This record gives sequence, C-alpha cells and structure tokens, in this order.
Amino acid sequence: MTPGGHTPSVAVWKFASCDGCQLSILDCEEELLALATTVRMAHFTEMSSAEVEGPYDLSLVEGSITTAADAARIREVRQASRRLVTIGACATAGGIQGLRNFAAAGQYAGTVYAHPEYLVSLETSTPIADHVAVDFELHGCPVDRRQLLEVITAFVAGRRPAVPGHSVCQQCKERGNVCVLVAHGTPCLGPVTRTGCGALCPAVGRGCFGCFGPAATTNTAALSAGLVAEGSSPLDVARLFRTFNAGAPAFRDEADARGGAVPVSLRTQTRQGGRR
Amino acid sequence: MGHDDVVVIDDVGLDGLIGALREAGFEPAGPVVRDGAIVPGAIRGVGDLPRGWHDRQAPGHYRLVHSDDRRYFAWAVGPASWKAAVFPPVQEVWRAWERDGALVVSEPPVAGAPMAVIGARPCELAALAVLDGVLGRPPVADPGYETRRERAFLVVVDCAEPGGSCFCTSMGTGPAAADGFDLALTELDDEAGHRFLVRAGTDRGARVLSALATRPATDAELGAREDLLERARAAMGRSLDTDDLPGLLARNLEHPRWDEVAARCLACGNCTSVCPTCFCSDVRDTTDVTGEVRRTRTWASCFDLDHSYLHGNAVRSSTRARYRQWMTHKLSTWWDQFGMSGCVGCGRCITWCPVGIDLTEEAAAIRASDGTFGPGSTAAGAPTGSARVAP
Ligand code: SF4
Ligand code: SF4
Ligand code: SF4
Ligand code: SF4
Repeated sequence: MTPGGHTPSVAVWKFASCDGCQLSILDCEEELLALATTVRMAHFTEMSSAEVEGPYDLSLVEGSITTAADAARIREVRQASRRLVTIGACATAGGIQGLRNFAAAGQYAGTVYAHPEYLVSLETSTPIADHVAVDFELHGCPVDRRQLLEVITAFVAGRRPAVPGHSVCQQCKERGNVCVLVAHGTPCLGPVTRTGCGALCPAVGRGCFGCFGPAATTNTAALSAGLVAEGSSPLDVARLFRTFNAGAPAFRDEADARGGAVPVSLRTQTRQGGRR
Repeated sequence: MGHDDVVVIDDVGLDGLIGALREAGFEPAGPVVRDGAIVPGAIRGVGDLPRGWHDRQAPGHYRLVHSDDRRYFAWAVGPASWKAAVFPPVQEVWRAWERDGALVVSEPPVAGAPMAVIGARPCELAALAVLDGVLGRPPVADPGYETRRERAFLVVVDCAEPGGSCFCTSMGTGPAAADGFDLALTELDDEAGHRFLVRAGTDRGARVLSALATRPATDAELGAREDLLERARAAMGRSLDTDDLPGLLARNLEHPRWDEVAARCLACGNCTSVCPTCFCSDVRDTTDVTGEVRRTRTWASCFDLDHSYLHGNAVRSSTRARYRQWMTHKLSTWWDQFGMSGCVGCGRCITWCPVGIDLTEEAAAIRASDGTFGPGSTAAGAPTGSARVAP
C-alpha cells in the first residue's frame, strides 16, 4: 500500500518489443507474491488476461512506437496513468528496430519480408518520450529485474528510485572483474554505458555491448579513439554503438562520426552481395 | 628472536608459514592468477601463488606472461588492491522492518575470519596507512574498517620487479618494506638457491616466525637484498617530481591542461576504483516489496556526476572539474586534509585507465608551464560548467 493507504494499481503496456522486459517481472519469482500483495496488477497480459479500465497509478511501458495506431494508443495510456515509467532499450531509445531510422525503412522490409506491401508501419522506431511525457526511464535490454523491483517499490514507498547513472566500469570493479579491455584487449563499451546489469558481460570475459545505453555522462569519442588505437577499425567501432541503443543520442552520434551513417548491417550485406 | 634479526626460509618454509597462520585462525589470502591478471584470492599454500608469472604494464595496458622463473613474486601490483579486504565495495549498514507495530533494526556483524595477507607489496602497506588516516581516525573511525584492519596479519614482500606504471620511489613508499607489516619477505634466487629473507615487524610476527625452522641470514644475503632493491629502484616505469607538488597544483587550477585531459577522460571511474587509497562511499536507503528498509554503503567515485550533487545540481558537472578534483585531491589537498600524500605511487590508475591517462604525465605537463595560468589569470579562459569551485 502507498502511504495514503490505497493499493496502487499497476499496468504493463506493450508496444514494438520482444516482451523480454515484461518477462523480467515474471523473473522476479521470489518477490512476485509479495509484489502481488503490494500492488494490484491491473493490466499485464503476460501474467493474466484480466483487464481493468484505467486510471492506473503506475504504468510500465515496454516497446517503441513504430505504427500510427501505437502513436495514438500511447497517448491514451498516458492519459490513463498517474505515473508513466518506460522500461527497456525499445521504450527509451527505439530499440534494435530503431536501426531502420538510419535507412529508408523499405530497405529493411524488402530484405526481411517476402511481401513488404502488407506491412503498415511508420518510417521510424521512436522512444516513448518522443511522444508523451515520461516520469522515469529504466534502461537495459532487457531491464534488470532488481532495478525493476527497485523502481516499483520506490514508487509504492513514494521515494526516488536508487538507480545510478554512472558507468558499467564502476560496478565491474566492485564485482572484482578483471578488465577485458585493459587485460585482454577486448573492445568494451563499459566506460560509456550506464550501470545496472551488474557488469554481466565482463564477468564472463566479454566486452560490454552497451545494452543499457549511454551513462549519465559519456565521452564516446575518447573511447572510440582508444579502440581504434588498439586495432579496431572505425567501422567496427560504429557497429559497436549501433545495436539496441542505436537511437540514444550519444551512441547515435558516435556511430555517425565513425562512418556508420548507413546501417552497418545493410552495408555488410550489400558488400557481401545479398541477403542471408 | 628480536625484530631486527633477518632469517632465511625456503618455499617449504613459506608453505609452513601459510599453514601456521591458518592453524592460528587466519584465512590465508594472497596473489593468484585469475582471468589474465594477478589479483587477491584465497590460498591454501604456495601452490596457489603466481610462480613464474610476470606482468607487462603500460598506460591502459596489462598482460601476463609466464616463464620458468622459480620466483613467486616477480610481478608488480595488479588491478585489485587489498583495500577491498578492509573496506568492502558493498556493505550492508543496517536493515529495519516492522514487527507487531514496533521497528526492528539489525546491524550485520563484521563477517568472516581474520585474514592473513601473504604477499602484499610495500606500496600497499603504505596505502593501508593512508586509509588508516581517513577511515581509522578516532573519533570518527569506521568500526568495520578498524576491526578488519586490526586483525589482519600482513606479510609483505619487497618489490624486485616493478611494473611499467610504478613510481613508488618517487613517493617514498617502496620498493623496500619499511614498516606496517607483521612479517616482511625478500625473495632471492641466485647460485645459492631460491629462498626468502624474513624479518618480523611485530611481536605476533616474531612469535609466528619463531615456530618455523629458520637459519640466520648471511652478510652476502643481506647484500643481495640491497642489490635487488637498488635494481628495483632503477627499474621504476614512471617517476613523479614531488617538489612542492601540492603548491604546484594549487596554483594551477585554471591551467589549460585540465581541458586537454578532460577531452581524453571517459569519467568512467576506473582510476578511483583501482586506487588503493580512494575512500569515498555512497550510502543508499532502499525498501523491498515487503517494506523492509536496507541501508547500503558502496564505493563511490568523484567521476560520477551524482557524487557532487547538491541541492538540485551537480557541482562538478564537467569532466574537467571532476578530473581536476581527483588529481588535486590525491597529490595536493590530501596534504591539507590528512597531512600526507593521497597517492602512494602504485601506478594502478595509469595501467587500468581504459585510455591510459597518466597522472605523472599530467603533473609534469602542468609543471612545464607552471605559473602561466594561475588563479586570476585570464589566459586560461572561463572555466567550464560550475567548475570554479576549489577542489
Ligand atoms: S571490462 Fe569493460 S566495463 Fe569492466 S572495467 Fe573494463 S572497460 Fe569497464
Ligand atoms: S555488460 Fe553491457 S551488454 Fe552486457 S548486460 Fe551489461 S550493459 Fe548489457
Ligand atoms: S593515484 Fe594512482 S598511483 Fe597513486 S595510489 Fe592511487 S592508483 Fe596508485
Ligand atoms: S582518468 Fe581514466 S580511469 Fe579515470 S575516469 Fe578518466 S578515463 Fe576513467
């Protein structure tokens, strides 16, 4: 219950996305029962088909806006929500489907679908905040379940979520990982990526690929220069920045600066002479 | 046996020392090879130590190489210092919950058995002394820190193979262990064999040593130690001119070099995380779904934007201001605050900076044009952001 004594209602909404972030809620197995007594799940198609009309105290929004219908629906959701929190790379940066923003969308559609003429979609994939006011953005692809619980419990308690904006590196060191960039020469986006995952990838010897998007302050140009000095090609570097958070301004501009203006994946396919 | 006597043991003796410390109730820990670096870890005996391993260190670069060298300690410090053993990166301060209408508060005890550190380096003991001046200073000593620190048994090893980023000679903290240890070792490997010279620094160190089979060191062995230290002093990868260093930085707060380094700095906080003396922490209160409240303390970094957040704004909003805060604190204002240098010359911040920023190089660059850009000088132009706050 909130301090006011009423059980807040929570709605979970899906736009263009893979459901991975919503599934992070179900992944909170241990806490799920307690959560269910603290808040009322009013709209959550992954858990039950019961639907309640708004208004909702808290709306969690997954996914990006890729169709005109969704652009209208998000405005309805906003109107029915006291607080609106976007969750995941799709909702906060346009997601992997935001790669279409760097080309004519038809270019991709023709590569992927046999009959692209049946598709009804916008030219772009855009974050929710491009369409309506957002109260809080939770990053990640998918979001981290502990951070998601933190956002919900902070909302219930009426306090600010303890979600830091600093780099993955700090958590990487906290955890005692050996730096894959310095000790192995593996390209890593950790220094410019927002913490939250627990430095998962370096913990298993891989470079961070930036799935939580840009940290609160970034110097992507300096990192890129360092990666190039260590042997990456500018195109490799552009490719690193052009994934799940390709639409986040810091990553988008860095990829552009490294020659990634044309979608890297399309360019590769063209160079190799066709589709997979 | 007095504290001044130097005795000799071989690697069987070192293994015996580790065993004796375990029997005395300590958890032995020491350098181990993990994921391509030498880092602190639990050890059972000499078999777990990094025998034959060497490091190649440069700004932003670290690689291990192996050879048939018989020595266990022929390397310089790796990324993780012993700071984490006395000042854990994440600590629960307390938790509280409601039971039958009353608030229950519980503080966790200091966890684990006392630690015996085998193979700390002289600069690391110097770093612990620096931390003592911050976290162990009455009346505001941190009880968890004090407990972990006091009960830890420290076996230090003189440095024979400084790394490419080391400059302990400049800071007066190495390569020889001077004090702050229970036992100090020097590893020798020459015609006369592979062995360790051992000195006790405390009564409990002397007691542990007296239970081992040892023989007195010869004059030749004491001379070999001097030679080894002399070679180490000559092999430092870096140097830092400390002549009036606090004053130098204090009068160059508007030097254009700060802008130049800010253009390269990622503000990632790796330097503060690896630094054995950085002590800042962040305290956060969180609630869980059952309503339990938890207060947690984690390492914090002055490179984090939130670190200088005061009533609605980050005071050090630019990377220039944050890098300057960090470096001037280490080398200059630490003296004002704690009467000593905040840097012990371990070189970690140089090696583990992803883009290889080197504070010795930054200090030298400022010294090279000292006085040209003092406070009040217009040559440096306007400070960026709200950076005109003295660090
Ligand atoms: S491995 Fe990556 S995230 Fe971890 S410290 Fe190194 S650069 Fe940062
Ligand atoms: S390390 Fe980077 S890519 Fe891996 S999970 Fe974390 S944020 Fe995502
Ligand atoms: S500032 Fe750098 S060299 Fe000095 S003690 Fe810290 S990590 Fe070591
Ligand atoms: S000096 Fe290097 S390690 Fe420190 S914050 Fe800047 S880039 Fe990161």
